[in-house]
Amino acid sequence: MSFLKVKDLQVEFRVDKKMIKPIEGVSFQMQKGEVLGMVGETGSGKSLTAHAIVGLSTLAGGVIGGSIKFEGQDLLSLSEKEMQSIRGAQIAFIPQNPMTSLDPVYRVGDQIIEALRQHVKISKREAKLQVIEVMARLNIPNPERVFHQYPHQLSGGLKQRIVIAIGVCTNPKLLVADEPTTALDVTVQAQIIRLFKEMTVERGISLFLITHDLGVIAQVCDKVAVMYAGNMVEFGSIEALFKNPRHPYTKALLDCIPTIGMAKGSLSAIYGSVPSSGVYPSGCRYHPRCPYADEQCRKTMPPLLEVEVENWVACYKYYGKK
Amino acid sequence: MWTYIIRRTLLLIPIFLIISVVVFSLIHMVPGDPIDSLLGPGSIASDRVELTKLYGLDKSLPVQYVVWMKNILNGDMGQSIIEKQPVLDMILYNTPFTLRLGLASLVISFVLGIFLGVISAAAKNTFIDYISMIIALLGVTVPAFWLGLILMLIFSVMLGWFPVSGSGSFQALVLPAITVGLGGAGLIARITRVSMLEMFNKDFVLLLYAKGLSKPAMIVKHIFRNALMPVITIIGLRLGWIMGGAVTIEIVFSRPGIGNMLLSALYRRDYPVVQASLLVLTMAVIIGAFIADILYAYADPRVRDLYK
Amino acid sequence: MGVIGTVLILCLVFVAIFAPLLEPYSYQSQNIEIMNSPPSLTHLLGTDDFGRDVFSRVIRGARISFVVGVLSVLISVVIGVIVGSIAGFYGGVVDIILTTIADLTWSMPAILIALLIVAVTGAGLESVVLAIGLSYWAQYARLIRGQILSLKSAVFIEATRSLGASDFVLLFKHLIPNSLSPVIVAATIGIGNAIVLEATLGFLGMGAQPPTPSWGAMMSNGTAYLFIAPWMIIFPGLAMMITVLGFNLFGDALIDVMDIKNKDSI
Repeated sequence: MSFLKVKDLQVEFRVDKKMIKPIEGVSFQMQKGEVLGMVGETGSGKSLTAHAIVGLSTLAGGVIGGSIKFEGQDLLSLSEKEMQSIRGAQIAFIPQNPMTSLDPVYRVGDQIIEALRQHVKISKREAKLQVIEVMARLNIPNPERVFHQYPHQLSGGLKQRIVIAIGVCTNPKLLVADEPTTALDVTVQAQIIRLFKEMTVERGISLFLITHDLGVIAQVCDKVAVMYAGNMVEFGSIEALFKNPRHPYTKALLDCIPTIGMAKGSLSAIYGSVPSSGVYPSGCRYHPRCPYADEQCRKTMPPLLEVEVENWVACYKYYGKK
Repeated sequence: MWTYIIRRTLLLIPIFLIISVVVFSLIHMVPGDPIDSLLGPGSIASDRVELTKLYGLDKSLPVQYVVWMKNILNGDMGQSIIEKQPVLDMILYNTPFTLRLGLASLVISFVLGIFLGVISAAAKNTFIDYISMIIALLGVTVPAFWLGLILMLIFSVMLGWFPVSGSGSFQALVLPAITVGLGGAGLIARITRVSMLEMFNKDFVLLLYAKGLSKPAMIVKHIFRNALMPVITIIGLRLGWIMGGAVTIEIVFSRPGIGNMLLSALYRRDYPVVQASLLVLTMAVIIGAFIADILYAYADPRVRDLYK
Repeated sequence: MGVIGTVLILCLVFVAIFAPLLEPYSYQSQNIEIMNSPPSLTHLLGTDDFGRDVFSRVIRGARISFVVGVLSVLISVVIGVIVGSIAGFYGGVVDIILTTIADLTWSMPAILIALLIVAVTGAGLESVVLAIGLSYWAQYARLIRGQILSLKSAVFIEATRSLGASDFVLLFKHLIPNSLSPVIVAATIGIGNAIVLEATLGFLGMGAQPPTPSWGAMMSNGTAYLFIAPWMIIFPGLAMMITVLGFNLFGDALIDVMDIKNKDSI
């Protein structure tokens, strides 16, 4: 049994009386203690996938298809009330923007306590001790002082640590983090990434990490899922992906990373632009930008194919080889 | 925080001066001579000269203003030309009635307005939302004096639950306070709803959901608390709007009060009384806005820090 | 809701224009024999203390209310746009002074300002229009100032300025026309408020004078007969309520049409 198994996930939203399907055909699984990274450009459906796992898409009016199994339990069959007892307790979520994710009128310590006491029955004093301990473990300097401060008095890096503290204070089994480093300075980014790495190793928390930064993926992930225009195009181990990228989009993505010693002017960019949801092209959504595209790619969407154990790719190039 | 309060208090002084100049000069642009109404037909010229001197009306306007201001600061608001008694006494007698009506209607505005605003935002686009917003819209659109007359017709004349007019008892306060309060409640309900709905779209709401909070818990503890900030500011600014209803309502229910006093003085061109009651009413509005400002700064940690 | 508002406003305009044709009786014909008679088939809304037909007078009052509402809002908007655009465009001390005056005016009860002005100019419809116009300008000044401030740094304004446009051209050809949409919404709702203020002044005896059939004057006259002929107050008030409701609903609908920021986006 996989720890988290997502199968054929799709989310539909009604926009101006029309249904749009911003994500479709997302399948992956992760084992306990693993770090799974999800990469893709803005608007590729990464955040929506995360929201679907935590059960936030339904609150926003989305209709979800497929299945999400967490430790064998189908999360999509749970009521909102049952989901509330899992959200924040077993599955924690770290939203995209730490700068604006805290309630401006409450002290940050009280906001962490709120998350803890929502799921664990302990006294306020006990909770405060635990929270300060969590804060200290997240390398927050002078946690007793920070506990009593308001969000606007803290730096971006500290705010992000507070948001992480809110996520991990209940000792969740799975942490879903949506671009946790994007809004931060580069130096702070590195610290936060190290923090995530420590947490997964020391506390055995499984991490579902969303980022558009392949460097971050290379540093902390065991597995990677690549998203393109609402579809998952490739999923596999980190070694396979970096050494032997199979999907043309993944290849192009890796070619966009500059390396030292590279000849000047040889950095490539992907031709064309990402289509937005609602106006996706027919067939494989990458075909207008793909150098290998043929007639079949234009007509039908390639399903995911297991080309190697636990390594999947959605591209017709590999169908003939099997 | 204290420096902020002191600074804001000091700012009241120039505002007071501006208002006093405006009130003073406007009153002196009013056509008609109060001495005429005082003397009546068939008076002699020497009486006129004497009376004009007595009330200081023979001096130039700036001089009159300075004298008036100096007297006010000494607690002397002059003598009513018609009533023949110190204006200050009249103000002191009438203020408690207006204050009672004002506070009672403010409480009704707040409680009813915030209740309607919160439940309609929480139940957005449902039957409850529509009903609350229709009530709020009626509160804003129904003219206060008409509502007062209709309430009087139903509850005093037809049902006999409340007295038609008067000021002594608590019963006499109920209808006027409801009349003024409904208008304010409509305004506050509409602002609260918009402010609440705006808060629902804030980023921090996502994290609250992620904590596993239920929607009611989130609304009570976070959304409402944040939505209240802009509501406080706007209420401070619109306090005059709410209180404006009180002036006419005093006439409708023939209650004593500053509004009633102002209007009867206006009809009879009793300058000193008009000036003093206008000054008191406008300063009450300004001070109300000032209190709202302080409350706002106290309630929002970001603003509080701004003035540390 | 917006549709209801539009229909109500169109009805008002229709009644205001064709008032003389719609009145079953002359609004001023008196008949002492039938004074204070309750609503009946011959006099749908009853008669007043002079035996005049209340229905005819309510219809005639619609014309007065509509004209007063539109004219006074025009005055407010013109003053507000001038003050607000100067404050927003020039900034600095000018802005501080004008904004302080506008804020002070805005925080005052409109009825107080209007009463004072009517006291100076004397009662009557013209001075009522002026008084209401002078009571409500601050709201528009605040609105337009905010709009101009946010537009001032917009790219197209910078571009126009760099092409050598004068302040006058910038302000009147570019900034003000691009700032007007919230003012239009506010003015729509403002017509409703102006109608109420006119009636309130009339009720206090400071508005249109008898025998002018303004809704406010009719109700003021009716207070003396509240217990014996309540229809003299109920019907003009209802007419006014429906009118004001129409302007508010229409204004609210305009807000929704012109504003796109309130869409859900999780």
